[in-house]
Amino acid sequence: MTNKTYQLETISCPSCIAKIEGMLKKTEGIVSSEVLFNTSRVRVSFDEAKITSDEIRNRIGKLGYRVLGEK
Amino acid sequence: MIEFKGVLPVLRLTKGRIVLISGVIIAISLILKELVGYKTVTIAFMLAAACVAGAPVLRKAIGAIRYGIVGIDALVSIAVIGAIIIGEYWEAAAVTFLFMLGDYLESRTIEKTRSSIKALLDLAPDRARVKRNGVETEVSPEEVERGDLVVVRPGEKISVDGIVVEGSAHVNQAAITGESIPVSLGVGDTTFSGTIIESGYLVIRADRVGEDTTFARILQMVEEAQDRKAKTQKFLEKFSRWYTPAIILLSVIVYILSGNVVLALTLLVIACPGALVISTPVSIVAGIGNGAKRGILVKSGEVMEKLGTVRVMAFDKTGTLTVGKPSVTRIRAFGMSDDQLLRIAAIGESYSEHPLGKAIVDKATEKLGPIHEAPEQTEILAGMGLKFRLNGVNYYIGNRKLLQDCGISIETHEQDIAAEEEMGRTVVIVGANGVVCGIISIADRIREDARALIPRLKALGIKRTVMLTGDNRRAARAIAKEIGLDEYYSDLLPGDKVSILEQLRNRYGRIAMVGDGVNDAPALASADLGIAIGGAGTDVAMETADVVLMAPKLSMLTYAVGLSRATVRNMMQNIAFALLVAALLLAGVLFQAVNLSFGMLVHEASVLLVIINAARLLGYGRKVTAGPGRL
Repeated sequence: MTNKTYQLETISCPSCIAKIEGMLKKTEGIVSSEVLFNTSRVRVSFDEAKITSDEIRNRIGKLGYRVLGEK
Repeated sequence: MIEFKGVLPVLRLTKGRIVLISGVIIAISLILKELVGYKTVTIAFMLAAACVAGAPVLRKAIGAIRYGIVGIDALVSIAVIGAIIIGEYWEAAAVTFLFMLGDYLESRTIEKTRSSIKALLDLAPDRARVKRNGVETEVSPEEVERGDLVVVRPGEKISVDGIVVEGSAHVNQAAITGESIPVSLGVGDTTFSGTIIESGYLVIRADRVGEDTTFARILQMVEEAQDRKAKTQKFLEKFSRWYTPAIILLSVIVYILSGNVVLALTLLVIACPGALVISTPVSIVAGIGNGAKRGILVKSGEVMEKLGTVRVMAFDKTGTLTVGKPSVTRIRAFGMSDDQLLRIAAIGESYSEHPLGKAIVDKATEKLGPIHEAPEQTEILAGMGLKFRLNGVNYYIGNRKLLQDCGISIETHEQDIAAEEEMGRTVVIVGANGVVCGIISIADRIREDARALIPRLKALGIKRTVMLTGDNRRAARAIAKEIGLDEYYSDLLPGDKVSILEQLRNRYGRIAMVGDGVNDAPALASADLGIAIGGAGTDVAMETADVVLMAPKLSMLTYAVGLSRATVRNMMQNIAFALLVAALLLAGVLFQAVNLSFGMLVHEASVLLVIINAARLLGYGRKVTAGPGRL
């Protein structure tokens, strides 16, 4: 299992949290995820055999949140 | 704005521009409505405004719906499309415009609640001048290695934690301790990364660099702290997860029962509990930021909540309520001046390793300048003191026993000595030529701000203050009385502290333990809340404590407690306000007193007000901070 934290552009709308978490929860291969509202980060742990980090970034991006970096 | 495979140019506009453009269009449509009435051209402008402002909303809504998530974007989109279908063009335009405007203003103001922490990040050093093989080169702080010599000049930032090997300077350590009055540092002193030299210059041997410096670790802790959720926040998130679907269901039921589309749509728009969801995190981030700026590290939202509701405070004595370094408190000489006595005693003690001896030497150096004379002959008598010869006179310096053994009567001074001891001091007697020539009292000084501490904590709602110490009963009683503590426990072993904390918690409720973190780590860890004072540079304290006060100042403790109470109060105001607005809106819509655009206006305004209220916390302490160190 892999853990990654993605830095997004500033999240300000409260419903973003639910949206991003909801999307990740429904994504195959993602074990757990948490949106850090104040730092605008998303912490994800996922199964690398089922989903790649690039794909996660891609999906968050498609939802309308630009991913600025990861670590 | 967001990379989107260029469908409509409007999608690439910034939020601000979208708000502006749709605002202008809406204004034109309003004017047209007044001038020509509700005609096709008016409607066209209204539709245009709805499209400009609504496009990004719709796009986000579709993005979310693909994953089966119904967020506020979806609700607004449904409402707007619904409004257009039933011919409510004005409503459609107004709702989308207000939604975008609210969103824009929210993101601008929310930045403000996070501004203290951003300001802290800006204090990070960005370059360092390193002296290698006698040559100075400028490098980035990450390239400095342990053991390197770092040269820092006025106006420059120190980039490492280390020891001064050359020079002296006045250094502003606000980045670490929150205290902006410069401290003077010289050879042998410890420096912190992130602090700024105001005058003078220093050559520092790097001890910790990059990520390991105290400053880097503070930053990391503050960053992590922001999003460690408070209990209230977790509860609210759960609550809102049920709230939104419940409202959707309600609006469907309302539509089925009444057949009123507008009413059902309005319900949808007010359904998102935006203000409620952010009520806690915005207050917490503002509170944590305010503390961080002043050298107070609160490690999570949950800690902030606990600190704000603590009932009992237990203190370690040495190093917490007292300075932790014994020092001379009184000099009384007989047959010579106080300074003469101090000088003689210091010369006698100049080779002594005993803490009491060092206290005497320190006092003499402070008062009379460095002393270079040496005794002609010294003999240390373990457990009693020492005797030495100076200018042909034999001096004795030590406790009662020493003087008695040497045949010097202390009877006439006995009362005075006992009185001093009663006050928790240790007495050193100096004798020569068969008489007592002076009495020096030494005590571990109580911190300057300790006397003001208890009344302030009581005023902030702390019910009980207790001291836990390994020291003897006499000293403990003296200090407890002087500071005004409610209770004290003396002669304790570290393990005893833990069990006493347990008893106190059962008796009075939530308990915080305040210590210097050096030898009371178990107690700090076992209390509901561990507070380390003077934590800068001590790893154990920074790791184990829930709250770290970087500066060794008790006034920071009152500040921290006050701030946490203000934060909890702020959070409660936000929650109460958000709930009230939600209830009023719901009632207003159901009784048809609130229409679509007005509902949106109130909803957005409530979110904005919650953020603005939280931002007020950034100003906490500004009024009361009359001077440095004062609350």
